[in-house]
Amino acid sequence: MNWRGIGSIYRFEMHRFARTLWTGLVVPVITTSLYFIVFGSAIGRNFSGDIQGAASYGAFIVPGLMMLSLLMESIFNASFGIHMPRFTGTIYEILSAPLSPTETVIGYVGAAATKAMTVALVILATAHIFVEVQIAHPLLMLLFLALIAITFCLFGFIIGVWAKGFEQLQIIPMLVVTPLTFLGGAFYSVAALDEPWRTITFFNPFVYLINGFRWTFFGTSDVSFGISLAITGGLLVVCIALVGLIFRTGYRLKA
Amino acid sequence: MSEPVLSISGLSKTYASGTVALKPTDLEIARGEIFALLGPNGAGKTTLISMLCGLVTPSGGSASAMGHDIIRDYRAARREIGLVPQEMSIDIFERVIDTVNFSRTLFGKPKDPARIEQLLRDLSLWDKRNEKLKELSGGMKRRVMIAKALSHDPEILFLDEPTAGVDVELRRDMWDMVRRLRESGVTIILTTHYIEEAEEMADRVGVITGGDLILVEEKKALMRKLGKKELTLVLAEPLSAVPPELAEWKVTLEDDGHELHYVFDATAERTGVPSLMRKISDLGIAFKDLSTKQSSLEDIFVQLVHERRAA
Ligand SMILES: Nc1ncnc2c1ncn2[C@@H]1O[C@H](COP(=O)(O)OP(=O)(O)O)[C@@H](O)[C@H]1O
Ligand SMILES: [Mg+2]
Repeated sequence: MNWRGIGSIYRFEMHRFARTLWTGLVVPVITTSLYFIVFGSAIGRNFSGDIQGAASYGAFIVPGLMMLSLLMESIFNASFGIHMPRFTGTIYEILSAPLSPTETVIGYVGAAATKAMTVALVILATAHIFVEVQIAHPLLMLLFLALIAITFCLFGFIIGVWAKGFEQLQIIPMLVVTPLTFLGGAFYSVAALDEPWRTITFFNPFVYLINGFRWTFFGTSDVSFGISLAITGGLLVVCIALVGLIFRTGYRLKA
Repeated sequence: MSEPVLSISGLSKTYASGTVALKPTDLEIARGEIFALLGPNGAGKTTLISMLCGLVTPSGGSASAMGHDIIRDYRAARREIGLVPQEMSIDIFERVIDTVNFSRTLFGKPKDPARIEQLLRDLSLWDKRNEKLKELSGGMKRRVMIAKALSHDPEILFLDEPTAGVDVELRRDMWDMVRRLRESGVTIILTTHYIEEAEEMADRVGVITGGDLILVEEKKALMRKLGKKELTLVLAEPLSAVPPELAEWKVTLEDDGHELHYVFDATAERTGVPSLMRKISDLGIAFKDLSTKQSSLEDIFVQLVHERRAA
């Protein structure tokens, strides 16, 4: 293993994040605060739906908020990370280095996942200012957070390789991830939906991500943790396979 | 030739578009030489280099650097190779020192501040080490790319069109720099479409056109072998036309009839020079001065490509 090479990419990426550290962290803090002011205080006080063992509606939406940012950050950071060198041409250096595809991916995905998890944890800390949040399974929470971050950073890597321009980098997160997360019960319990929406909703994979994550907080959720874990693992395997294919065929990286 | 640092055997590339960019090519590069790959745009120079550096997947054949196969043993091979690509590709938001350190560790070498300092000093970049790349001039940026390519101490350095689009003064600087690098023991393979550059720099020249490496020769031998010479006579009195008696030599009049030019093959059995001189003397044409000039690589190149087309 060329650990120095991996570290080189990782540090480069973290350095890139550090350059925009303030916007990178202030934005989620402000957004989270707004969510709490609107949902937690204004609406939340009168919310009578199922909050699955959370102390308050404010507490209930914390995992959903974290998940929303985690998914967006993972995809955006990883896709941008690999797209930028393709765009500027600096990818030549990565491709000509004594690095295996796996090592290259560890560098980029590792850094993007670190950044995404940091943002998610900053959101958790911000939420803590507004509401009391108890975490039933802190270790599992962190592991699940990492698992999802890595999966979606791999997904972001694929988008970054596939995209022909910066517009396309935005399309998937905007058109797919945000709606599916909102509709996947980030801010409500899908069990409370009327049919046929309830059944349709369970075809949305994001339901399993959000509920699995919520389970680590409150010990209950709309689906069992095992199923959530299995589906997340499945997504991870699919992403790994696609990244493998990219390197084997040289798709958009090598002529 | 001692053990070659680079050995290429039957290497070829056909792009997905169907373009045959390089026909099966054999080439060996000796340690410490400067090899110029000379050819017009689209000849396949970048394609050849890109395959050796891992940027393009070969369609056929094989190659090895310092005895390491570039595919099977790519890690070892790539550690021996530094690449300065044709396009200027750098992260303009990075500082000089950071981007050079990045390159070194990317290639798996431990950080070495002393080595990097020396490298930056050699390239006159040390004073600029803390500046962001966007603040540097084009010539400086190119030197940073060279520093990056050399940061992991490779044996072989590829310079793809190092002076394309560079003004004359910077080109001279670059040539000096390349010579100094060679003195430090690095083997240099450069591509160029400037014949002057190959002529100035190279120990050996490979002429490539249409994906075909048509000739590899010591530069001096190449010049000698294919070198045409030109004889110039500066006349005492200008002539208005070439005397019919000189027609068989195909001489030309230049400079408003003040100069008589005769192009001949210096390597031929009969150059035609003695007989021409006798004839001129018989005709009573007086001249003030006489000189001969070796033809440039440019003339040679034109001739080679021409012969190739005719064949
Ligand atoms: N990625 C690519 N896909 C398809 N054709 C290419 C690609 N890169 C280069 N070519 C073609 O291959 C030929 C050789 O190009 P190149 O190696 O860049 O030549 P040179 O460096 O000598 O100018 C040209 O006809 C060029 O258009
Ligand atoms: Mg080229």
